[in-house]
Amino acid sequence: MTFIILGLSAILINNIILTRFLGICPLLGVSKKNSSAIGMSLAVIFVVTMSAILSYSLYMYVLHPLGIGYLKLVSFILIIASFVQFVEMFLKRFVPSLYQSLGIYLPLITTNCVVLAVSLDVVAMSGGVANYDFLTMLIYSFFTGVGYAFILIIFSFIQERLINDKNTPRSFKGSAVALITIGLLVMAFMGFRGMI
Amino acid sequence: MKKRKIFIDGIFANNAAFILFLGMCPTLATTKSFMSAFGMGIAVIATIILTNVAISAIRRWVPNEIRIPVLIVIIASIVTIIEMLMQAFMYDLSQTLGVYLSLIVVNCVILGRAEAFAMKNNVFDSFLDALGTGIGFLAGLLALALAREFLGTGGLAFSSLLTGKALWSFQLIPDNYVIPLFVDAPGAFIMFGLLAALINFVVMKVAENKKKKALAMAGGK
Repeated sequence: MTFIILGLSAILINNIILTRFLGICPLLGVSKKNSSAIGMSLAVIFVVTMSAILSYSLYMYVLHPLGIGYLKLVSFILIIASFVQFVEMFLKRFVPSLYQSLGIYLPLITTNCVVLAVSLDVVAMSGGVANYDFLTMLIYSFFTGVGYAFILIIFSFIQERLINDKNTPRSFKGSAVALITIGLLVMAFMGFRGMI
Repeated sequence: MKKRKIFIDGIFANNAAFILFLGMCPTLATTKSFMSAFGMGIAVIATIILTNVAISAIRRWVPNEIRIPVLIVIIASIVTIIEMLMQAFMYDLSQTLGVYLSLIVVNCVILGRAEAFAMKNNVFDSFLDALGTGIGFLAGLLALALAREFLGTGGLAFSSLLTGKALWSFQLIPDNYVIPLFVDAPGAFIMFGLLAALINFVVMKVAENKKKKALAMAGGK
């Protein structure tokens, strides 16, 4: 039951885009077409979960016991960058069709703050004890990725209409109206607060 | 390129926050109050100057194929240093900024300038470019924070960056008439959108006027 609540809260209530403003650049960048939004979403879910697992293991079993926790930023970003590179090479070699559809979004993920933020979240400690055990970490990172994908896909449907809308004033075109639309989306999602 | 143009372009023509829409996560997240936006801006300026200078100094020895990992490691190390310094000397501010301080690593402004400018230009030019871009980013943060804090709380509050002690505050709008939405998450997006539209409008008007002037000049001859 706690896992269901944790998952739901990561998707609807504490959504990483809507409450913590992370991953806005890709949200505006790739949401202009449905198909690219879906490709990006799948890539994000996969990379967020995998890099959270890798970062968590590295921190808990290597960095923290050795007392070099301050190296986490450098090592996490290296893990993420090399993992993304590795996935890209793997897909290119073994699943070319998936590579064709995901290919261009993969390198972009390295600079997606969602990935690094989730990796930093799961190793947070309070009073020398880890806030997340392995299973909780797994659920949290997976559903945070799903929450990101959820908003990205919803927003891509809105964006497709916004781009073709003739009524938008000239100075609002592009990012300005998109940002205001996200603002309204956030307001709608605020209704979920207090549900759990 | 002229030194002055490098510096000025970073502030106005290529303003990271409002023209290029880079580094939006910290822009939205830390502009809840004027002081946290100021602290974030200072942290970004420090990071971008150090990274640009460091990268431009070693640019001849970085192989082109692995430049991105090299850049990221340099940026991450410098951000770690700045984060530790802030935790030591500006504890309250580092608590307010929280995870966004670490996330400067993936701020596209910094990687963007390192890749586009510092890898191709000498140390002094890179320093000027970093200073201009940083100040432009800070100005964007402050503009958004001013608008949000003023409408959301009815006034402004200033505190010391080092100790976090309240220094001076005032309130112009009575409590019953403030719009708390603007300090909240939706207000961040809406205010950013409105300001971006305003800046778009000004940029377009300036471009139109220039065109008209050019046409008038051509007609006069």
